[in-house]
Amino acid sequence: MSVEYRKPLPGIDDVNRPYWEAARQHELVIQKCRQCGYYRYPPGTNCPDCLSDDLEWVKVSGRGTVFTWTVFHKVYHPAFAGDAPYAVVAVELEEGPRVTSNMVDCPLEDIAAGMPVEVVFDDVTGEITLPKFRPIKQEG
Amino acid sequence: MNLKDKCAIVGLGYTPQGKVPGRNAMSLYMEATRNAAADAGLAVQDIDGLLIQPCPTDPRVSAFGLAQELGLYPRFAGDLQVQGATGGAIIQHAAMAVDAGLCDYCLCSFVDMSRTGSPSTGVVYQMASTTNSAYGNFGVAAGYAMIARRYMHEYGVTSKQFGAVSVTFRKHAQLNPIAQMQEPMTIEDHQASRMVVEPLHLFDCCLVSDGGRALIVTTAERARALKQPPVYIMGMGQGHPFADPLRRPVLTLTGAVKSGKTAFAMAGITPRDVDMCAIYDAFSFVVPLQLEDLGFCGKGEGGAFVEDGRIGLGGELPINTSGGLLSEVYLQGWVGTHEPVRQLRGDCGERQVPGAEIALMTSSGGVLSEHATVIMRR
Repeated sequence: MSVEYRKPLPGIDDVNRPYWEAARQHELVIQKCRQCGYYRYPPGTNCPDCLSDDLEWVKVSGRGTVFTWTVFHKVYHPAFAGDAPYAVVAVELEEGPRVTSNMVDCPLEDIAAGMPVEVVFDDVTGEITLPKFRPIKQEG
Repeated sequence: MNLKDKCAIVGLGYTPQGKVPGRNAMSLYMEATRNAAADAGLAVQDIDGLLIQPCPTDPRVSAFGLAQELGLYPRFAGDLQVQGATGGAIIQHAAMAVDAGLCDYCLCSFVDMSRTGSPSTGVVYQMASTTNSAYGNFGVAAGYAMIARRYMHEYGVTSKQFGAVSVTFRKHAQLNPIAQMQEPMTIEDHQASRMVVEPLHLFDCCLVSDGGRALIVTTAERARALKQPPVYIMGMGQGHPFADPLRRPVLTLTGAVKSGKTAFAMAGITPRDVDMCAIYDAFSFVVPLQLEDLGFCGKGEGGAFVEDGRIGLGGELPINTSGGLLSEVYLQGWVGTHEPVRQLRGDCGERQVPGAEIALMTSSGGVLSEHATVIMRR
């Protein structure tokens, strides 16, 4: 790394480790209940739908839509001072769960609820890759 | 068999509020308690039930520590944490306790020192999981902003409609000598105030304050023998959607749907019967959102409901006549606990709602994650 990365990093634990290990391999995985098929995010130990603890990690499409978003003008952490104003989006994945992330390749004023997006992977350090999202370009 | 009209709020305690340097949590709990007892015409020694919401900046102070300092040996006590909804929820626990005979006079209290900066100020209200932090998603306000954005998207409500709430409550605060904010605010001021987290401007956001509140609940029968006109508890309810708003199926429905339904059913009235409200207003837009969910107007009609003077003094349904969390003081769910009682006592002077007989209060915590409603009558 040529420049030290100063932003907070996700805390990795036994429950969410597969998510971050897959991200490092540039794959987006989500827990799916083997009993009822429910997709859950954020990672947990049980299916919130049928309460089973029989969950598996499955690769998902990485596509979804912007469900809602906010643009941060206030700087809560000094490492984000150079980014403000910056957007935090809640993306509703095709499989159902909503994930919090950032947009890339998208002017703030273009962000809209319902906008189709796809995952991209930002290797922020040697160990950590953050899944982020960019608009899906309309064909034709 | 329900608790309609079986219990009453009989004492209100205040402390200095706003910026109150040189105090600690215990001293504010003590002062609020003494003032509530005096207001009720009770001796502190008459209090035999003690419920507190822990102080965000000093959660080490417990009901048991407070009892000790007050020289009390309560029959019923504990710390209750329903986050920002505790103010409305604690009245419900107190009413159940006095009705069950577990205690006769239940004192409830909350204090905060977030303005002057006890040790953890600046951190308390900026909780974030590390995954959120990695994306720069800090603070409670951002969660509310995402709900506000969705509210605008689904129903076409506008920032100016949110601003109408802030401007109305500021006018009310100017009639309340203990309100933190006294300067006038226009809709232009609101629109020009700096963006915090879009679509929320600074004037959409509540204050940061020090201060304390206490109140005393007893049975209706005991209440009639005390100093103040009793304010009876007609209806109560709670509703607690998933703590993480993004896991709720619909972002624009609050716990008020369930807490309001339960409270109105107990009270046996409809929104039409309510003369004034104290609606939890940590952010301006949650006022129209809750008014919809409580049934004061249809879903999506809240923006229009709040923008033409209806919720101001002299309007059809005055709301937050003390200035609320936006302009009086931020003490979580404990601003709406006091003002309706004073309105129903007829004790509000210049800001009195003439002939107020029935009032409704709400309190809410997390990111609209916990919700409590209390309906009162004189």
